[in-house]
Amino acid sequence: MCCQKLSEGAAAKFAELDAFIDSLGIDCNDERRRGRLIQVLHRAQKIFGYLPREVQIHVAQKLFLSEAAVSGVVSFYNYFTTEPKGKYVVDVCLGTACYVKGSEKVLSEIERVLGVKADTNPTPDGLFSISALRCVGACGLAPVMMVNGKVYGKVTPAKAVEIINEYKKLG
Amino acid sequence: MSEVTITINGKQVSVPAGSTILEAAQKLNINIPTLCYCKELGCGVSNKPASCRICLVEATGIRGPRKILAPACATPISRDGMEVWTNSTRALNARRTVLELLLSDHPRHCLTCAKNQSCELQKLAAEFGIEEVEFEGEKNKMPVDNSSEAIMRDLSKCIMCRRCETVCNKVQTVGALTGYGRGFKAKVGTASMIPLADTSCTFCGQCVNVCPVGAITGISYVKKVWAALNDPTKTVIVQTAPAVRVAVGQEFGFEPGVPVTKKLVAGLRALGFDKVFDTNFSADLTIMEEGHEIVERVTSGKNLPILTSCCPGWINFIEHNFPDLLHIPSSCKSPQQMFGAIAKSYYAEKMGIKPEDLIVVSIMPCQAKKYEAARPEFAPNGVRDVDYVVTTRELVRMFHEAGINLANLGDEEYDSPLGQSTGAADIFGVTGGVLEAACRSVYYMINGKELEGDAINFRAVRGLDGVKEATVQVAPGKSINVAVCSGLGNARKVLEAVRKDPNRFQAIEIMACPGGCINGGGQPYLHGQTDLLEKRMKGLYTEDESKVKRCSHQNPDIQALYKEYLGEPGSEKAHHLLHTVYHQK
Repeated sequence: MCCQKLSEGAAAKFAELDAFIDSLGIDCNDERRRGRLIQVLHRAQKIFGYLPREVQIHVAQKLFLSEAAVSGVVSFYNYFTTEPKGKYVVDVCLGTACYVKGSEKVLSEIERVLGVKADTNPTPDGLFSISALRCVGACGLAPVMMVNGKVYGKVTPAKAVEIINEYKKLG
Repeated sequence: MSEVTITINGKQVSVPAGSTILEAAQKLNINIPTLCYCKELGCGVSNKPASCRICLVEATGIRGPRKILAPACATPISRDGMEVWTNSTRALNARRTVLELLLSDHPRHCLTCAKNQSCELQKLAAEFGIEEVEFEGEKNKMPVDNSSEAIMRDLSKCIMCRRCETVCNKVQTVGALTGYGRGFKAKVGTASMIPLADTSCTFCGQCVNVCPVGAITGISYVKKVWAALNDPTKTVIVQTAPAVRVAVGQEFGFEPGVPVTKKLVAGLRALGFDKVFDTNFSADLTIMEEGHEIVERVTSGKNLPILTSCCPGWINFIEHNFPDLLHIPSSCKSPQQMFGAIAKSYYAEKMGIKPEDLIVVSIMPCQAKKYEAARPEFAPNGVRDVDYVVTTRELVRMFHEAGINLANLGDEEYDSPLGQSTGAADIFGVTGGVLEAACRSVYYMINGKELEGDAINFRAVRGLDGVKEATVQVAPGKSINVAVCSGLGNARKVLEAVRKDPNRFQAIEIMACPGGCINGGGQPYLHGQTDLLEKRMKGLYTEDESKVKRCSHQNPDIQALYKEYLGEPGSEKAHHLLHTVYHQK
C-alpha cells in the first residue's frame, strides 16, 4: 500500500526534496551532513507525509550516509513516522493535565469509533489516523484533542465523536 | 601535554591531563570492571559510550568538592587533586545494582548459549557473586536474525554496549548497524530492522569478535560436519587457512602466536577427516594465477591498479560500495574457493570420487568465508565447491567435544597432493602477506630468475599499520607503487584515492579485518589483548622463514598440477576453474 501511495506524484515529490537538499550544498566530505539530516527528514516528511524506506534510502544517498544511520534517527524521534497518516490526523493529549481530566477515555472512545488504535495504521478509507501525544501547551483547556493542528478543548468522549463525525461528513 | 596528579584509593598517580579515571587506575594496577568499554576495536578506535555504568567509581573534583558516582571509562581528569574511590561501599553497591538491572533484561540461558564461558557479562556475574537477581521485569523479546549464511544476531541478549555499531561504522565504515528506536525498546539494529542478509553487511565478523555477550555469533555448520564425518558414503577432506595455525594453539595452552601446524594436522586427522589438506596449497595456486595477471596488467599498463581478491569481506565491500571499480580487482577466486574447485575437479577425478560424494570442509579464521562458500557461482551444477566452513573458534569446540587436546598429540604432516605449500602461502594470513607473496613470484615471472638473499623479504609491506605504501622493484629498473591496507575503513580511503588518481598505485592488497586474517571474525577472541595480533603475525613470518621453498612458483605439487591438468597460468581451464566475476549489490 505504501509503495502505491508513494507512486502518486512521487517523481515530483522527490524532485522537490532534491531541490531542498541541493540548496544545502553538502558534499560527501562535509562533516555537517549528519547535522543536516534531521532538517532534511523534516522536509521529506512534510513533502511525502511520512518516511517510507524508499525515502530514507534516497535521503541516505543524497547525504552520503548509510541507510542505517538515517533509519536510526527516524526510529528515535516520535515525530517521524514510517507509516502513511490519514487525511485527518487526530491527536489526543495524554499529558498529565489532560490525563487527570479523562483524556484516556476520550482516546479509547475515538479508537472504538474509528476502529483503529493510536499510533498504528490509518482507517481503511485513509481518512483518519490517531496519535497520542504529550502536552500541547493548552492545559487550561484539558482534556485537549487536535485535528490536523486545530485544537479542541474540554472534550468529552461524546463531544469527540461529534467532532470526528463533522470531519467524516467533509470526507 | 601537562600532567595531573590525583589520588585513587589513597594512592597518588600522575597522568597526562585528559586521561580517564580508568586509565589512571590501570597505571596503579587497580582493576575497575568494564563492559561496554573497549580500548581497541581496531584501527585505533575505542568504544566508550559509558552506557553500561558497570565502571562506576566514587569521586570528588568532577563537579566541585561533592562526592559523586562517575563512569571511570569516560570521565576525564582535567585538574590536580581529584580523589577517587574504586571500591567504596557506594561504588560497589551501584555497580551491583547496574549489573542486576542488566541481568534482569537478559535471558539467563548461559548453559545453552554459544558464548558460554567466553561471555563478559557472565564473567562479571561470577566475579560479583550474583546468586539471584532481585529485579524481575519485562524482558526485550526479539526474534533471532539468522537470515545470512554467516552471522546470527539474537537481540534479546543485546546489552546495548554498541561495540558492534562502533566497529561497523567507525572502523569498517560498512554502516550496516545503527542504534534503533529509543528507551527500553532501543536496540542495535539494521536499517528499518530488515534482515542482515538484505543490508550492506560484508560479513567481516568484526562485530562478532567485539560483542561481549551472545547477541552476535557466527552461524555454525559444525553439526553438518559431524554428520558428514559419520557418513560412510562420503569422503570428507579438510583445508586449513594460513591464519588458523597461529591462533588455535592458545586455546590448548601453547604460547600465543606460535604455529602449531603439525598438531593441527594431527587433531584434524583424529577428528576423522579422510584427508587433511592445506589452503596454503591453493594460496600458492592463487599466486600463480594472480601473479600472471599482475605481470600482464603491469607490463601492458592497462586496467591498473590491480586489487587482491582473497578476502570475501572485502569483495562484498567493493560490490556494495564501489560498483564503478568492479573491473579492477583480480579475477582470481580466493584460495578457499580455488581449493574447492580443484578438489572437486582435479582431485575428485584423480581419486575416482563423484564431486557430490566428496565433502570439502574449510577451517577458516573468518565469517565471510561462510557467505563466500555459499555464493551460487561457486556451486557448478548445484554442487558446492566448499561444502562447510568452520571457524577457528568452532574447530576448538569440535576438538573439546571430541576430547582432543592438541597439546597431547604428536606432529603429523599434511596429505598429498593438496597439502604441500611454500612460505609465501603462510603469510597470506597477515596484512601485506598476499602482496609480498605475489611480488616474490612476479619478480621470477618477469625476470626468469629468483630473488636472492634478503631480497625475498619485502619488509616495506609488513607490519600491522592500517595503510602501508611502498615502491617495490619487480625487475631491474622497473618499480611499481603498491599499497597495503587492512580494515574496511582504510580500504574506503584507499579506494577513494584510486578514484581520484588511478595512476597512483599499480597494485593494492586489501583485507577486511584490521591486521588481516590473524584478526579474522572467526579467530579465538582477543578479549582486549591486542598484543596477540603481533604474536600471530610473528608466528606466520617464522613459519615462512622455516621453509626451504618460500616462493609459490617453486611448489612442486603446484608445478605438477599445471603440468597434469591446468596447462599454463591463465589458461582457459585455469580461467574456468580458478577465476570469477563480481556483481554490483
